[in-house]
Amino acid sequence: MAKIVSLSEAVAELVHDGDTAALEGFTHLIPFAAGHEIIRQGRRELTLVRMTPDLIYDQLIGAGCASKLVFSWGGNPGVGSLHRLRDALGNGWPAPLEIEEHSHAGMANRYVAGASGLPFAVLRGYAGTDLPLHTPTISTVTCPFTGEELAAVAALNPDVTIVHAQRADRAGNVQLWGITGVQKEAVLAAKRSLVTVEEIVDELTPVPGAVVLPSWAVTAVAEVPGGAAPSYAHGYYDRDNAAYRAWDTISRDRQAFTGWLRELGVQR
Amino acid sequence: MGAAASSPDYTADEMMSIAAARSLRDGQVCFVGIGLPSTAANLARRLHAPGLVLVYESGTLDTRPAELPLSIGDGILTDSALTVVSVPEVFNYWLQPGRIDVGFLSGAQLDRFGNINTTVIGEYTEPDVRLPGSGGAPEIAASCREVSIVMRHRLRAFVEQVDFVTSVGYGTGPLDRRMLGLRGAGPVRVITDLGVLEPDPETSELVLTALHPGIAVEQVRAETGWDLEVSPDLMVTAAPSARELETLRGMRTVGSHPDDRNPDRTTEGATE
Repeated sequence: MAKIVSLSEAVAELVHDGDTAALEGFTHLIPFAAGHEIIRQGRRELTLVRMTPDLIYDQLIGAGCASKLVFSWGGNPGVGSLHRLRDALGNGWPAPLEIEEHSHAGMANRYVAGASGLPFAVLRGYAGTDLPLHTPTISTVTCPFTGEELAAVAALNPDVTIVHAQRADRAGNVQLWGITGVQKEAVLAAKRSLVTVEEIVDELTPVPGAVVLPSWAVTAVAEVPGGAAPSYAHGYYDRDNAAYRAWDTISRDRQAFTGWLRELGVQR
Repeated sequence: MGAAASSPDYTADEMMSIAAARSLRDGQVCFVGIGLPSTAANLARRLHAPGLVLVYESGTLDTRPAELPLSIGDGILTDSALTVVSVPEVFNYWLQPGRIDVGFLSGAQLDRFGNINTTVIGEYTEPDVRLPGSGGAPEIAASCREVSIVMRHRLRAFVEQVDFVTSVGYGTGPLDRRMLGLRGAGPVRVITDLGVLEPDPETSELVLTALHPGIAVEQVRAETGWDLEVSPDLMVTAAPSARELETLRGMRTVGSHPDDRNPDRTTEGATE
């Protein structure tokens, strides 16, 4: 049964220095509030896993929380580059960052394998690309039935996965809808999980296409209204495209970024 | 990047988007990357291809956005979609088995065999420029029945050999796709702001097959990093019609502001 807790308690209990942490949400329902709490609590040496690092990991990386990034597309969607990520990779600021790079199909299948209790996943992918030369979690496997050679990717099993959802009931059952990305797989692949939600309700009324995560498959639920902003929560609020654009300016400059950290309540 | 020399009525970017839109046929199923490909595919749907099926890697199938999305995961894509599936499903059930007719991609670098780089300029471990990376592009390039590439024609982008193969075109020549087990046909056209390149049927090398109005062969060659061959049947693209231009200019990006006349800011990454 998922415990219903505050965000700060949940992060304190579930996210530890050195953990492999996945904060998922494919453009939609990105758990920004949880990311900011990780920054405030000063976690270090995290291996951050996410298909699209987005602003949330640019912020965690800039704040010095990460030593490694596992990802498949590292841009500011619709705007351009992630400048804190680039600064960490190019200049080791504020700390050196190791990367492990995949394609979206590869990352999605790594979560599927993790959620399925398998050591690896099989896909048609990567053939002829340069990624396998640099990424040790990409290999090949021969089909025992046809002899065909296919790509194999190692399972992802994060120490902790954090996602944001529209709502949960008081027992901790979680419901999310709209673009649901890899959230289900990322939660089920993880040793521990935290779901932040827009609201906790008495009853989860059915929604077409919704994903439901049963209470017994989730470690903790925290009510955090607006917890996905500046990304969006379908049915609650829209994506703040202006904030995504504004991040380009803030993140380009170390001083401007440090000012942003101060506003978040973090001194450095 | 100004207007084509002989016509002040439209920009080179507008010609590119319109030429790319024209390449899509009604009823095709199209896997769309954000930026230029998304603009072109949504334009086609508003013009001659109302039955064009748009699939975005966020899992939105047959989406009909009233405005252009800024990212591949905008809410407007969900609201207008026939259905929304998970990310593993969109790649494993819809893309991988070959259910998609056309993959529409862009890139930071493209080489003579249509290979795309969206990963790094320079060495991987110490790059001159770190780009966003793969996103969905490698498998789109591998598994769609055919691929169209749309990108601005610049010497730094059209290179002899890409610094990093993010997505495979024809590899090192005509036999590579089959050897690699790639089941789609690969890039069948590259639409730029200067003209159109298509693979030579024998060598798979990209050759110039069409010029946009007012563009000279020498201009294209000057912006191409390999010894670009010119097709003996070189065509000239029809200039944009009033309806095409009006429709393109009427497409607004979600939450856009005055800086957003051109909705494409992300040619660095083929997709997200």
